[in-house]
Amino acid sequence: MTDNTAPISGQGAGVGRSARAALRVRALGQTALPVLTVVVALLGLWYLACIPMNAAQSVLTASRAGIEVMPESPRDRRGMSGAALALANPGPAVAGAFAQDRPRLPAPHQVAIELWNSTATVSPTSNRSLVYHAWVTMSATLTGFVIGTSLGILLAVGIVHSRVMDMSVMPWAIVSQTVPIIAIAPMIIVVLYSVGVEGILPKAVISAYLSFFPVVVGMVKGLRAPDAMQLDQLRTYAASRAQTFFKLRLPSSTPYLFASLKIGIAASLVGAIVGELPTGAVAGLGARLLAGSYYGQTVQIWSALFGAAILAALAVGVIGVIERVALRRMGLR
Amino acid sequence: MSTRVVEARSLDLTFSTNDGPVHALKNVDLTVDAGDFVSFIGPSGCGKTTFLRCVAALEQPTGGTLTVNGMSPDEARRARAYGYVFQAAGLYPWRTIGGNIRLPLEIMGFPEAERKRRVAETLELVDLEGFEHKYPWQLSGGMQQRASIARALSFDADLLLMDEPFGALDEIVRDRLNEELLSLWDRTGKTMLFVTHSIPEAVYLSTRIVVMSPRPGRITDIIESPLPRHRPLDIRDSPEFIKIAHRVREGLRAGMEAA
Repeated sequence: MTDNTAPISGQGAGVGRSARAALRVRALGQTALPVLTVVVALLGLWYLACIPMNAAQSVLTASRAGIEVMPESPRDRRGMSGAALALANPGPAVAGAFAQDRPRLPAPHQVAIELWNSTATVSPTSNRSLVYHAWVTMSATLTGFVIGTSLGILLAVGIVHSRVMDMSVMPWAIVSQTVPIIAIAPMIIVVLYSVGVEGILPKAVISAYLSFFPVVVGMVKGLRAPDAMQLDQLRTYAASRAQTFFKLRLPSSTPYLFASLKIGIAASLVGAIVGELPTGAVAGLGARLLAGSYYGQTVQIWSALFGAAILAALAVGVIGVIERVALRRMGLR
Repeated sequence: MSTRVVEARSLDLTFSTNDGPVHALKNVDLTVDAGDFVSFIGPSGCGKTTFLRCVAALEQPTGGTLTVNGMSPDEARRARAYGYVFQAAGLYPWRTIGGNIRLPLEIMGFPEAERKRRVAETLELVDLEGFEHKYPWQLSGGMQQRASIARALSFDADLLLMDEPFGALDEIVRDRLNEELLSLWDRTGKTMLFVTHSIPEAVYLSTRIVVMSPRPGRITDIIESPLPRHRPLDIRDSPEFIKIAHRVREGLRAGMEAA
């Protein structure tokens, strides 16, 4: 634990509290502009990509409405790329790119509107509500996260204290993560179903399967963070193994634990969504993605994807807040 | 007749490394009596730290005998017979200064009231009153090292082992801490084993100076200091002081030439 960041060396060190606040505000101003620029650039690229991606449909609609398009025969148009079609018919391609019912690539505002409609304008208990589906996925995610984190911490404690466990468990933990989750998820669900486990738990098991690993790796590193001098010092007090663990190893590992938890919760969410895909689940973000792709509802797919991303960001953010509070209470920040 | 605290008889310690055996200690004979202030001085690799670690049972000698308070070093360690101050303060950043000093007391199972009393007492002893609730990063390097000495003193062992505790500090801070350490030793009557590579520090602090040299690590000279127990800082300009310092320097040079 020598790498604690002392405020002495931090930005704004040596200035008073109010001056530090002023520095922070200025730093925010300096970072907001580049961040916004990147967001606007990405949105611009997205809109631009919509034109060739949706050109075939745009041109078809235009020709059906009696507008002259190039080339005239649909058979000639079939072999053309979206970009060529858009260049040949710039007017109709742009006009029809951003408002289709089932676009190949929905425009950002379409996704935003769908997100809004499926969260704010419908009851959160309705199965048309993204909030409802997000909750279904999140409950599996959180259950799996708790199982995975507990398992990860227990394994790490064992690995740090037992050479045998270090040599026998760690390779299997690594191997477990090399198996594609999409391949193993259906098997987990089938096996658990055959022993009578259904509902939220199979999904949670897949979440746990993905989230225990970063916790194991981070906690092993964290529990081994104390250096030889710190361990020698506890020997001079004739401290027991348990005392060494609770007074030194565990507090030393806290920053590592939080780093792992952030990766773990995101992995848990991926696990829960993947767990919903092969089962034909009727609820959850994964089910929403699946239904969207069955019926060609691209706008629904994209809004479910964004829903998942927002959920992951929120979960990581919550852990970040807990981390800051916990580390500050420990005097580490 | 004062009591034996440390007794080493033809002590050997050989580390086996990939490049062959390394003789960290060879044939070391030394006795330390209660109340002595013994300094170990010598170039790096002379085994001064290794000897201290043997006394603390952090290393196992490969030959000879070593007793601490009449026990084996490991028994003495388990009886919490000594406090050890490392080169780095090594305070836990998640504990306050008071919390750090409390650490050995918690481990050794002192009752809460006793912990409180001892923390307050040792903080006063090292002149850190009012810093109990500060975190280590809020203190200067010298203050952190004082806190680490307080931590080693808190459980009141009669023997204090110090491994270059002031090595990383500047000379001004070091002078003051030397003075404070000496007065602390004078007040508490503890036995001190002190590793250093500073000649003035060794001469100023010690009742006995053990000069060591490397390859193999061994004792080349043991100097009894004629200086009085009470030593103001300016004793370092006295002829006696300079004479002892000279003899230490000679011992170090002779050891280097022989090696």
